[in-house]
Amino acid sequence: VSEPQDRWAELSEQFAPPQANGEFLFDAPWQGRAFGMAHSLVEAGRFSWDEFREQLIIALDRGAVGSDQYYERFLLALERTLAAKKFCAETEVAQRAEEYSARPHGHDH
Amino acid sequence: MSDDNQDAPHGHHHEPPNPAAIRAEALESILIERGLLRAEQVDDVIAKYNDRVGPMNGALVVARAWRDPQFKASLLRDGTAAIAEFGFEGAQVEKLVVVENTAEVHNMVVCTLCSCYPWGVLGLPPKWYKDPAYRSRAVREPRALLRDFGVELAADIALKVWDSSAEVRYMVLPEPPAGELPKSESEVAKLVSRDSMIGVALL
Repeated sequence: VSEPQDRWAELSEQFAPPQANGEFLFDAPWQGRAFGMAHSLVEAGRFSWDEFREQLIIALDRGAVGSDQYYERFLLALERTLAAKKFCAETEVAQRAEEYSARPHGHDH
Repeated sequence: MSDDNQDAPHGHHHEPPNPAAIRAEALESILIERGLLRAEQVDDVIAKYNDRVGPMNGALVVARAWRDPQFKASLLRDGTAAIAEFGFEGAQVEKLVVVENTAEVHNMVVCTLCSCYPWGVLGLPPKWYKDPAYRSRAVREPRALLRDFGVELAADIALKVWDSSAEVRYMVLPEPPAGELPKSESEVAKLVSRDSMIGVALL
């Protein structure tokens, strides 16, 4: 793991702000699903944004994590929020993910 | 550095599914089985943010504020209440505070701890908004950061940096571009960029 300072320097070097509005919101569909799940769960009152945000801040290492890993950490925060609320344990998700990983290639869902 | 474009798609060939993608799928399937979520709800949220919520909402608010001094006054007094008349979806989730750029003051917005952002008016945050580089530079060297966005602030203009939180989301009311504005509100709104409402661009 690189020092935050190095990481910052590296990102500053690459820093290239987009020029206009119409960029892609998500790099991959799963990122949209993660975002959509969190939103739907808040709307349904399963937990509050505050509860989720506390987990997100921790998962993002208080802002030290870059945007390339943002949604991985977002998903982690979501799992932790759900675990804290006893809706679903992280081990259950891990087990399900393992089952899915074992699916034959070309599986279409 | 081979990949210096933040928005370039990752992976130029087909790879096995990303572990995070599988993990997200696993989580969603469990939540659906337990009746905590429906897949259609997730679809709706994505569609909403992709198509309906976005910087255009904020641009309409700005356009109205430029044209209607009374609306502008109420917007600066209580952003949440003022935008209620637009009926934006998802806008009521957080408290909106609108800060005005003037000839003396320039405002910019950051979330130093995560990525709080006024979704209801600006849609989802751009990637750079979520980067540590933006977060830390907005605090440490905001003028240099603005320069990288192409904004050269005169030394006598005060710069205020607003740190968003779960409770309060900030949006910048930019100064209108020089010259006469178009006649219709929607034409005026087209002049307003997302970045100007975050405070990292001028019009």
